[in-house]
Amino acid sequence: MTMSVYLSALSVTNLISRMPAAVAQGIIWGLMALGVFITFRLLDIPDMTVDGSFATGGAVTVMLLLAGMPAWAALLIAIVVGVLTGLCTGFLHTKLGIPAILAGILTQFALYSINLRIMTKANQTASVQKFGMFWENGNGFLVSSLHIPQAILVGLVLTAIIVALSYWYFGTEQGSALRATGNNPAMSRAQGIHIGTMKVIGLGISNGIVALAGGLMTQFQGTADVSMGRGAIVIGLAAIVIGEILCDAIFSKGCNFAVKLCFIIFGGVVYYAVMVVILWLKLDPNDLKLFTAIIVAAFLAIPQLKAQSKSSFSRSKKRAISERSDA
Amino acid sequence: MLEIKNVSKTFNPGTINEKRALTDLSLSLNDGDFVSVIGGNGAGKSTLLNAVAGVWPVDSGSILIDGEDVTGMPEYKRAKYIGRVFQDPMMGTAPNMQIEENLALAYRRGKKRGLKWGVTAAEREIYRAKLATLGLGLEDRLTAKVGLLSGGQRQALTLLMASLQTPKLLLLDEHTAALDPGTAKKVLELSDKIISDNKLTALMITHNMTDAIRHGNRLIMMDRGKIVLDISGEEKSRLTKADLLERFAEKTGVQEETDSVLLS
Repeated sequence: MTMSVYLSALSVTNLISRMPAAVAQGIIWGLMALGVFITFRLLDIPDMTVDGSFATGGAVTVMLLLAGMPAWAALLIAIVVGVLTGLCTGFLHTKLGIPAILAGILTQFALYSINLRIMTKANQTASVQKFGMFWENGNGFLVSSLHIPQAILVGLVLTAIIVALSYWYFGTEQGSALRATGNNPAMSRAQGIHIGTMKVIGLGISNGIVALAGGLMTQFQGTADVSMGRGAIVIGLAAIVIGEILCDAIFSKGCNFAVKLCFIIFGGVVYYAVMVVILWLKLDPNDLKLFTAIIVAAFLAIPQLKAQSKSSFSRSKKRAISERSDA
Repeated sequence: MLEIKNVSKTFNPGTINEKRALTDLSLSLNDGDFVSVIGGNGAGKSTLLNAVAGVWPVDSGSILIDGEDVTGMPEYKRAKYIGRVFQDPMMGTAPNMQIEENLALAYRRGKKRGLKWGVTAAEREIYRAKLATLGLGLEDRLTAKVGLLSGGQRQALTLLMASLQTPKLLLLDEHTAALDPGTAKKVLELSDKIISDNKLTALMITHNMTDAIRHGNRLIMMDRGKIVLDISGEEKSRLTKADLLERFAEKTGVQEETDSVLLS
């Protein structure tokens, strides 16, 4: 009885109607995940700064909008400020010798106060009705929840630009040196690469992209909140692992770097769509973070579990016992 | 080519783990010298190579490469002059990057890394030709990830990378110790070839006395942070393993199990 009541309360049309907004937001989170990818996968640093720099991007964007700056210019400055937050973490890590993860946590912690200073209070609103859209007056919002199809289009264009720039940069001499730094620091030093500089550059680029995503999210929602970046690192990791698994499944023989980057954006979209489905199923929204953590932990554990399924002590024990009984 | 003057290094000074690794050590290498370095565990062989490579600053003394004082230069700057191959085959290459990307990184050793494309078509041809000389078939696998190669292949690739940008000095830190005997022999022959083809000055640590005798024009033996024996030219070519053991015992006062001390 209760089950049928529950099922009848679920409307498929309702779910479908929610999907476009989910895709638009998923693209923005995917863009953020691209920033996380640079530190987490290329530099091998789990950078906790992003929880702070995402909100910093939002805070800078909203305050500049309220000060009358065009939305596109506000985003550019948000990127610059985001880069600075990454440089701060890089400085703490490479110059002061603080472990990377702790350096990120410290910057993130400090950014909470800084974001409050920037916004003067916990949240600020910039309404799209007042500022209009970019294609209406040239200075308005680039994305907005009131114009979903356009938001998806603009999101895809911006994403394509960032993917293209990333593909180019990581193919250059300097970008290769940065990848080598994350892959084998000892070898990089022996090849004359200053690994500290490379880490600082990577952290800067990463947080610049994350702040851009924060600025876009602020325009999309018309508001910035000091806690809007909470859990951004986990969402970024979720998008990365989902994207990578889908990429491996489709291109089992490996694929181009640019395709990999596109799959991370796609991973962000899938992640956000799953969240919408969970909400649609009327599960408690308070449990969302728990679900996300479980999904990320499960996917990050896959390589280890795969290796164990081939070789583990318990398997050796079973084999030894069966060999003995055979003999 | 290499001038080491009165270099000392103590690890963990002032603690219970204090270890005097190099004691007032001096060594001078001529252009084209290929020196094999032997000695027991803790004799300071790797410390000597790391001091030259600039892994950490020395406590006292100075190091000159081709007349230039590099004592105050950090590792990444000295890399301009030095090619290195490590004991661990995993250490000299980036596993998640392609063979050609690894070579391109080495090709730019000591040069500014800007925003030009990381691997050009012209240099790809150079890599193909150089890889072909290894005789491992790697020239057809330029875009394969290095992590897919065997230890011997990776060590051969590291050797090629170390010599791609002709170094003033080549440092080989027991670079065959982790390989099986057959592969070790091949990598050692390859080292010989690369050193003689490029007329390199090289320092090679080895635990194998026969290798130390057979390779290079000079042999030094270390003990407790000092060079206790330095044989070169005619004298070295007549050297036998028995001679070496005897000389070792004479220099260090270790009589029994000298073989295991040297070979351990």
